[in-house]
Amino acid sequence: MTISPREYDFQAARGRLERKTKSSGEKLTTLEDAVARVADGDHLAFGGCLFSRTPLALIRALLRRRPKGLSISRNLMCYEGEWCMVAGAVDKVVTSWMGIGLPWGLSKIVREYVESGRVPVEEWSHLGLGLRYRAAAMGVPFLPALTMLGSSLVDVGGSKIIDCPYTGEKLLAVPALFPDVALLHVHRADRFGNCQIDGYAHMDADISRAAATVLVTAEEIVSEEEIRRTPDRTIIPGFIVDALVHVPHGAYPHECYGLYDAEPDHFGAYVESINARGSAAVQEYLDRYVYGPATYAEYLALFGTTALEEAERRGKELVS
Amino acid sequence: MSAGGSGVTANELLAVMGARELKDNMTVFAGVGAPLMASALAQRTHAPGLTMMVEGGIIGPKWKPGALPISTNEMRAAYHAQMLPGITDAFLLAQRGFLDVGFIGGAQIDRYGNLNTSAIGGSYERPKVRLPGSGGANDIISLCREVIILTVHEKRRFSETVDFITSPGWLDGGESRRKSGLLFGGVSRVVTTLGLFGFEPESRRMRLEALHPGVSVDTVRANTGFDVLVSDTLTTTKPPTDEELGILRMLDPARQFL
Repeated sequence: MTISPREYDFQAARGRLERKTKSSGEKLTTLEDAVARVADGDHLAFGGCLFSRTPLALIRALLRRRPKGLSISRNLMCYEGEWCMVAGAVDKVVTSWMGIGLPWGLSKIVREYVESGRVPVEEWSHLGLGLRYRAAAMGVPFLPALTMLGSSLVDVGGSKIIDCPYTGEKLLAVPALFPDVALLHVHRADRFGNCQIDGYAHMDADISRAAATVLVTAEEIVSEEEIRRTPDRTIIPGFIVDALVHVPHGAYPHECYGLYDAEPDHFGAYVESINARGSAAVQEYLDRYVYGPATYAEYLALFGTTALEEAERRGKELVS
Repeated sequence: MSAGGSGVTANELLAVMGARELKDNMTVFAGVGAPLMASALAQRTHAPGLTMMVEGGIIGPKWKPGALPISTNEMRAAYHAQMLPGITDAFLLAQRGFLDVGFIGGAQIDRYGNLNTSAIGGSYERPKVRLPGSGGANDIISLCREVIILTVHEKRRFSETVDFITSPGWLDGGESRRKSGLLFGGVSRVVTTLGLFGFEPESRRMRLEALHPGVSVDTVRANTGFDVLVSDTLTTTKPPTDEELGILRMLDPARQFL
């Protein structure tokens, strides 16, 4: 069993929110200021899914601070999880699946770090982890569910099985997961942090409500009036957001629905370098893409404007 | 790899045989790779009313030929979809009972259709080989009305026991799945590159029900790590037709998934 009471302590989690200012004011700040809210040992939940709408600008800024002892969770963890492992930033990864995608095979980094016992992966089913965030978003310590029963996954985290108080049937009591900090990337927000997401919602809305602190990057900062014209599209209210940063291409080279496509060739080159040099290749990647460029603009410049424009063209084509 | 006839790849064979298991006006929860290809093929042949659910939180996509999704969470997977309910809510539709068929693959499978995609050898904490994990497979196998497994047939995959049950089939057979709390569903079919399997109704042990053309029972036995039960009414499947293969190759001209 690896879940800790802190993850599902709904009273403590509520207490953290009750003590917090639910500001309707300005949230715009810098990446550096936003990630300064993360403390060593925190549990961080990343929004998006696999290589879709990953909060890479925030994760990159975070890793530049050389954090230690973090737990990270994400429903499908992509290479940002490998960065955190190789950077020595994480003590635990909570996920339902970790790799880059089918064409690239098993992750050699996950194999190296998990098989040697350096970083444990606490595995849940996809819905199981989704319901952990949902339970926390609802402010309750667990949710009953019909999934994961009978499988070895029940024992990994230490989930409890309960008897339904009405029917007597067995139910999985999926424990809530209240992260300390949520890292999210959205399509647009006003300066008060009212956020709108296009296309895939992933688990971002639940994660934003589950976490004690919410950090957001947005592709576009729009006017208050624009949000007020389309309030039905707002899925995260401003008062739960603590820091907002305007970062166009903030998920690149992962995709942002309707705005830009992912870069599978970049993932391919990354995996090839790992096949050749193991985790040293990830260290080199971090030096080149994370620790090296001082600003996000310098990071994007490593890919070049032609690549960005081409990714935008493909991304727009895929929603037409 | 060529299987089941000249020039037909393993994934083409799995996609064709998988597609034939689907009926019109069904709902199917499909994983990436051969399951997605099978569903897309069925839609374009005998099951135009098939509704696909994809685990990225996608209902009713109509994929663009030549732009098939690499993952179930990227933009290509949602092409011309009818609804994007989000991941958790997509799976909750399955928990509610709206999904007729679940379609998944697997790294390691035992005689009861239990799948391991998590960890092979050693302990869970220190495995010999760490695999990617469940993703949505555990939810699909737990929550759909019936489940079809599509997999390449190799001895290392068809194992006497699985080291870790990522996705529960019939567990220890008999009533054990129901007793674990999984009141619904179960694995009905295992479609492999050698043939089609069902499960004996009482014991829930995997049973060979059809061979692909040119495959013998001995070949199946030689490639299976557990005793192979054989149905009294063993049949032979019809090889993939030119129409079926043509549709698959039209969908995936670069043969990324074929």
